[in-house]
Parts: sequence; structure tokens; C-alpha cells
Amino acid sequence: MENRNPKAFLYLLPAVVFLGVFLVYPLFDVFVYSFEEGYNFASQTYRGIGLYNYRYVLRDPYFLQALKNTLLLVFITVPFSTGLALLLSVALHSIPRLRELFQTIFFLPYVTNTLAVGLVFMILFSRTPYSDGLMNLLLSFAGLGPVDFIEGPYAAKMFVLSFYTIWIVLPFKILILTSALAGVDEQLYRAARIDGTSRARIFFRITLPMISPIIFYLVITGFIGAFKAYSDAVALFGINLNAAGMNTIVGYVYDMLYGDSGGFPSYASAAAILLFIIVLTITVINLLAGKRHVHYH
Amino acid sequence: MEQTAAGKKTVGERILRVLTVTLLVFWAILVLFPFYWMILTSFKGYGAYNAEYIPKFYTLSPTWENYLEAFTAVPLARYFLNTLIFTVITTAVMLAVITLAAFAFARLSFPGKDLLFLLFLSLMMIPNELVVITNFVTITDWGLRNSFPGLILPSVTSVFYIYLLKENFEQVPDNLYYAAKVDGTSDLKYLFRVLCPICRPTLVTVTILKVIECWNSYVWPRLITDDADYFLVSNGIQEIRENGFGRENIPAMMAAVVVISLPLIVLFLVFRKKIMAGVARGGLKG
Repeated sequence: MENRNPKAFLYLLPAVVFLGVFLVYPLFDVFVYSFEEGYNFASQTYRGIGLYNYRYVLRDPYFLQALKNTLLLVFITVPFSTGLALLLSVALHSIPRLRELFQTIFFLPYVTNTLAVGLVFMILFSRTPYSDGLMNLLLSFAGLGPVDFIEGPYAAKMFVLSFYTIWIVLPFKILILTSALAGVDEQLYRAARIDGTSRARIFFRITLPMISPIIFYLVITGFIGAFKAYSDAVALFGINLNAAGMNTIVGYVYDMLYGDSGGFPSYASAAAILLFIIVLTITVINLLAGKRHVHYH
Repeated sequence: MEQTAAGKKTVGERILRVLTVTLLVFWAILVLFPFYWMILTSFKGYGAYNAEYIPKFYTLSPTWENYLEAFTAVPLARYFLNTLIFTVITTAVMLAVITLAAFAFARLSFPGKDLLFLLFLSLMMIPNELVVITNFVTITDWGLRNSFPGLILPSVTSVFYIYLLKENFEQVPDNLYYAAKVDGTSDLKYLFRVLCPICRPTLVTVTILKVIECWNSYVWPRLITDDADYFLVSNGIQEIRENGFGRENIPAMMAAVVVISLPLIVLFLVFRKKIMAGVARGGLKG
């Protein structure tokens, strides 16, 4: 190779400075904050060191509500979106003619502004004094009564949030799965067809095992992404998510930091670390489960 | 293959095909419908819209008044301009930072290089939610709230893009570098005159992904700005939603949503293949 180059550090300097100030230092600092009790933002002083912030957060009804919402959202949307993406990708794969058109349409939600399109969903689902809204019009065809999905019962609100989340995350999953399906060796299919293997058997014995590492990857990233849900909820229910009862853990962190109840970086830090611990635990469980069920080749 | 198979299709296969197409069309409608609805509503008059107790799927008297209202009643043009400035500067600075770093890792040698690169890679695992708290305090302490530097500075580096670019730089044959050295070309000149043009596809991919990210960013701008003069489009739309047009003016809101969504959709339709390939290569949402 080439001899030592002292200038190399100059090339790295900007990256190192930015990463140091905005990524490495904050990582340590967030732990420090989380243990500083009674931190005052204005005077930047604190009373003592301990676990009080964690105890406070874990007892805060808003945090518990956010935790419940996030967990529900995660366990509804991850299996549902992964399954639906798989179904749609397999369908896409079997239709060569219109595949590109459908792929383009299916990808659209990825390039839309979450906040902006969330507003459209809000209008489609909401019920105002002037109108029951489009969703309720459809429901009335099925003989079901009007429901306010935005300010009404919890289950209805959870349904809209899950639906919008799935709508938003599906493009990425479909894209990854269709390229995985295209990557499966045609020879395998041809051999199976010659043997007269049924479609269902081909799918479960060849396709699924071949793309299982990709599905596994999507499940893991899906869990991580869903635990960080926030903007979708804001788009649907407005900034004051605590009042709507639809806050998420990330939303709780931001509200603690800044917002109507804001100014508490210590509580925010403790909540962020709790979130990180939950995500880490789920990811480790996923990895362990994956070891048993995923076929690497 | 299609044609040969078509002759001996069984009834079961036909049914399966119909189901497949139905499923695809059904989801396509679900994806497209919100876009249709926002465009449709944006052309309905304020009075006409509010008179519809049962929503109509068409309008017979389309009007531009909502677009006029969106640009005059709220500072939509300002939000737009802010987002444009934010996106251009963030992307440009980031490209410079990651290109220099990727070049150092790919081409230069210095003590501790492998260890430093490993450290860089491990930074990819740090979730943004964990560092945003301190960054908020840092930017506030520096007095950079409600300013472009405050908006831009924390997002001008990406470890993942450095990694992507470094991999690409390393694929360029060594000979080119040595030839350039013999000609007396400096490292910097080699980087910008030879390496960057060769690796343009990767640079374009990174640029597009970053532009999408910037255009949609909401959380950081929301934390760091409360002065509407510095709102980006996402915060602008939220502001319109909360405080609106003085009255609940849904058609005007939808006009604003259309205006905000349009640039990215146009970008997507123009660079469709590049964007999808780029996202498949490692774009992560959120």
C-alpha cells in the first residue's frame, strides 16, 4: 500500500468532530442526565445521583399509557405488515406484465411526507358536525353506525394509527421482499415443477426458506422501527398526544424534553434509555428465535 | 413461458390468478385513494365542501381558490423556502464531510485506521432517540435555537453513507491512483477529478436519499424551532392543522398538503429506478 499520510486526519476531521459532538458525547451524556435527580434546566444544577428519574417515569400514567400504546402498535403492525408485504410481493412476482406499474404505485407512500398525508387520513376517518366522513359512509353501507376514529373510542383510534403505520411501512418491505424473490434461483423452481410439486409446496419448501433471512431482517428492523413510532400519531391526533391518550414512548420523550409539560431532560433521558432497553431486549429475543427458524445458505 | 403455460391452465390456476390481480388492484386503490382524495378536496370550494354531508367523489366546479388561500393566509412559501435551504445546505455539507472521510478510509493509510473504522461502524447502532436529548440541550446552550445552523448541524454526517461510499471508492483500481500520483496530482484533486466522477451513481443515490430524509424531517425541527419563520414544511403543516386558517378550512389544508407532497412525488417519478435501487441497498425509514 502507501506510506503513512499525516493528512489523512485532516480528511477525517470534519466527520470526527460532528460525530463526536452530536453522537458520541450525547450517548454518554444521556446516561448522566438520567441519573441526575432534580435537574434544573435553567440553572443546570441537580440535587443528587440516583434512580429517581426512572422511578418517576415508570410511575407516570402518561408513560404507562405511551408504553401500552407502543406495545399494542408494535404487536399489531409488525406481523400484519410483514405478512401483507409477503402476500403482495408474491402476488407481484407472479404477474410479470404489470409488475413495474404496481411496484411504482406501491412505493409511493415511501416518498410522501408523513405529516402531510397523515392529515388526509385524519380527514378520511374523522367525524365532524358537518359530515360523518368518508370512512363512516363506507361503514354505513355495511350497516355499521358512525364511529369517530380520531376523537372517539380507543380501539377505533388504535385501528387508524395501525392502519396508517402499515400504509407507511409497507413500501419498504415490499421493495425488499420483491428483490429477494427475484433473487431465488429459477433452476430450483424448474426442477420442482418437473417433479410435479404443487404450488403451495413449492412456496413453503423452496421460496419461503430461501427468503427467510430477508423476512427475518424485516421483522427485526420492523420491531425497531415500530417501537420508535411518533410522527404518524402526531399527524393523526395532533401535537398533544397525552390529551388524546395516543402518545408513544418516543412522543413521551419529546414531550418531557420540550412541549407543554417540557423542560425535563432527566425524565426524557430515563424514558429514552428505558425504550432502548426494551428495543434491545426484543432484538436479542428475535435474534435467538431467528437462529432456530431461519435458513442461511 | 407465459404463452406456453396459458394453453393448459387449470381452473384452479385461473382462480388463483384472478385472486392475485384482485389483491394487487385492491392495495393499489388503498395506496392511491388518499392522494386522489387530497387532490379532489383541494379543488372543492370551501362552501361546497362544507355543504357535503355525504362526501362526493367528484367535483363539478373545481376552483383554484384554495391554493391561493394556502399561499396567502399562511406563510406556505416561507415554509417551502426554509425547507429548500435546509435540504440543500444539509445535503451539500454532508456530501463534503462523508466524501472526505470515505476517501481517508478507502485510500489513505494512517495508524489505527482499522480500529477507527470499526468504531465508526459501531456508531451506526446508536438510535437517534437516545442522542437527541443532549443535542437539544447543546444547540440551546449555543443559542442556535430558531436558526439554520441549529437545524442543520446535527444531521450533516452519516456513518452509513461513509461506509457505502468507502466500499465504492475501494472498487476503483489502485493503478488510477498511482498514475495520478506520478503525474503529480494532489490527493484532493484526485478525489474530486477522478474518484467522485467514477463513483457518481453512489453519490447520486446518497443525495436522493438524504433529500427525501430532509424534506420529511419533523422531529428535530419541531424541537429546535418555535418561531414560524424557521418552520420546515412538516412543522408548517402541523401548524396549519393546529391553528389553521382561522377557521376549519379543510380544502385549503388539502391544497397545502398537495403543494408539500408534490416535489418529492415528482422527484420519485423522475428518478424512480435510482430511488428504489438506493432504498433497497440500505435506505431505512425513520
